[in-house]
Amino acid sequence: MDRSFKEVLGSGKFVVTSELGPPKGTNLENMIHHVDLLKDTVDAINVTDHQSSVMRYPSLGGALIVKERGGEPILQMTCRDRNRMALQADLMFAYSRGIKNVLCLTGDAVVVGDHKQAKGVFDLDSSQLLTAIRTMEAGKDLGGSDLDGAVSFCAGAIVTPEANPIEPQLIKFEKKISAGAEFIQTQAIYDLDNFKRFMDYARPFGVKIMAGIILLTSWRMAEFMNKNVPGVFVPQPLIEEMKSAPKGGALAKGVEIAGRMIRRIKEESICDGVHVMAIGKEELVPDILKEAGILNGS
Amino acid sequence: MIRSITKQKPFEEVLELLNGLDRIFLAGCGTCTTLCRTGGMPEVLDMASKLKEKDIIVTGHMVIPVACDELTHEAVEENQQAFSEAEAVLMMSCAYGVQTMSRQVDLPAIPALDTLFVGKEMGLGRFDEVCAQCGSCVLGLTGGICPVTACHKGLLNGPCGGTNNGKCEIDSDKDCAWTLIYLRLKEQGKLDLMRKYHDLRNHNVEPKPGKIRLPLE
Repeated sequence: MDRSFKEVLGSGKFVVTSELGPPKGTNLENMIHHVDLLKDTVDAINVTDHQSSVMRYPSLGGALIVKERGGEPILQMTCRDRNRMALQADLMFAYSRGIKNVLCLTGDAVVVGDHKQAKGVFDLDSSQLLTAIRTMEAGKDLGGSDLDGAVSFCAGAIVTPEANPIEPQLIKFEKKISAGAEFIQTQAIYDLDNFKRFMDYARPFGVKIMAGIILLTSWRMAEFMNKNVPGVFVPQPLIEEMKSAPKGGALAKGVEIAGRMIRRIKEESICDGVHVMAIGKEELVPDILKEAGILNGS
Repeated sequence: MIRSITKQKPFEEVLELLNGLDRIFLAGCGTCTTLCRTGGMPEVLDMASKLKEKDIIVTGHMVIPVACDELTHEAVEENQQAFSEAEAVLMMSCAYGVQTMSRQVDLPAIPALDTLFVGKEMGLGRFDEVCAQCGSCVLGLTGGICPVTACHKGLLNGPCGGTNNGKCEIDSDKDCAWTLIYLRLKEQGKLDLMRKYHDLRNHNVEPKPGKIRLPLE
C-alpha cells in the first residue's frame, strides 16, 4: 500500500478493510495467497488473534507476513492470553517491525474455544490496552519506567451496535474513545436503519467508524448467528432473501447482499467505511467490493 | 452466610487417591458440605457403602460439626479407636477441612471432594460466587455487584462484546454482570459511576499466599 492506514483514515476517503484468520499450524500457503489477493484491494488487513479462542498461528506473525508482502496490517490484540508485560513486549516488537496499527479487543472467553482448561488472563481490558498504548507512546511503560525508544500506533477498538441493552455498550464505547481509540470497527450489522440510529449517536464523537460486514454464506448461517453470536442480528427479510437463492447460489446471494449494503453505506455516507469479514471465503472479498461499486479500494 | 462450595470427585479418582489403602476413617462436615449435599450424613453413608463394595474397611465414620474449626481435634479424640485402626482419613469436607484434619492427625487426610469457590447461599440449594477476595474493593462504584467476580473476565470498565441479552457468552444461565450493574446504577440514578474509567488492577494487593498477623498484645 502506498499510504499508511492512518493517512487513509485522515484522507476522508471511504475506508475498506478486511481480515484474515491465521491457520492452525505452520502451513502458511493459504494465508499468504489471501494476503496477496487482498493487499492491494483493501486499505488494511486485520489479522485475528486466536479468534473465538481457538489456538492458531499468532496474529503478530500474520501481521508481519502482511507487512512483508507489501500490505498494511492491523494487528488484532486481545487481552485474553497475555498479561500487561507480554502485551507491552509484543507492542514494542510490532512497532519495531513496522506494524503501526492495532485493534484492541478484550477477547472471547477461553471456555468458548478449543483449549477450554486454559487460564484466561484479562489482566487488562480493551480500554486499558488503549491506555497502555498511549502511555507507551509517551515513553513510559505501565510500571512507570522510561522506555528507551517509544512506540507509535494508530489504535482502534470495536463496538456492538446491536447489543441489548445498548447503553452499557455505548458507555464503554465512550471510554474507548477517551482512552485514545482513533477508529472503531463494529460487530456485524445487517439492519442499516438501526445502524443509522447508532451513527446519529456516534458521529459527534469524531472517531472514524467502519461498519462490520459479515458475508452470509447460507440462510442457516444467518439463523445460527442470530441464535449463537452475541450482538449479531440478521433481520428475517434477509434470511428469506438468502432462502430464495437458487440451489448452489447461496454464496452469490450473500455476495450480492454484502455488496448492496456496502454500496448503500457509501452512497448515503452512513459511516466512514466498512470492515469486510468473509470468514474463510476471503477470495470473495474482491467480488463483494465489485458488487459494491468499489474497485481496488479506490 | 458464606459457604465453601464443593462437588464430589468421581469415585474412580477417590479410589486412585486411596491407592491400595484398605482401612480408612470417613469424615464429613456438618456445615458447608452438608448444605451442598456433598459431605453430610447421607453422602458419608453412601460413600461408606461404596467403599465397602470395593472391600475397603471403613474403621469409623462421622460428620464433624465444622471441619475447618480447630476444635476438629475433639472429634478425633472422640473416635480415637477408629482413627488408630485407619491408614488414612477420607475427608468429605472442603479443602479447609482437609487441611485442618491434616494438621490434627498423623494419618494422610485425603479429599473426596473438589472445592469450587467461596459462595453466598442465595436460597435453598443455590450458591453464587460473589466475591473473589481481590484486595481492592470496587463495590462502592458498581452498585454493590462485584464485576471482578460476577463478570467471567473480571472486567472493570463495562461489558465485553459477548454480552447477550443480559446473559454471559459462556453460559446462558449466567447473568452478564455489567448488565446487572447497569440496571442497578440506573435505578439508583448513579449511571455516572459506570462512566468512571478504572485504571489497571493491582493483582498483588496481598501476594499469594495471603498472610496477616495482627499486632495483638
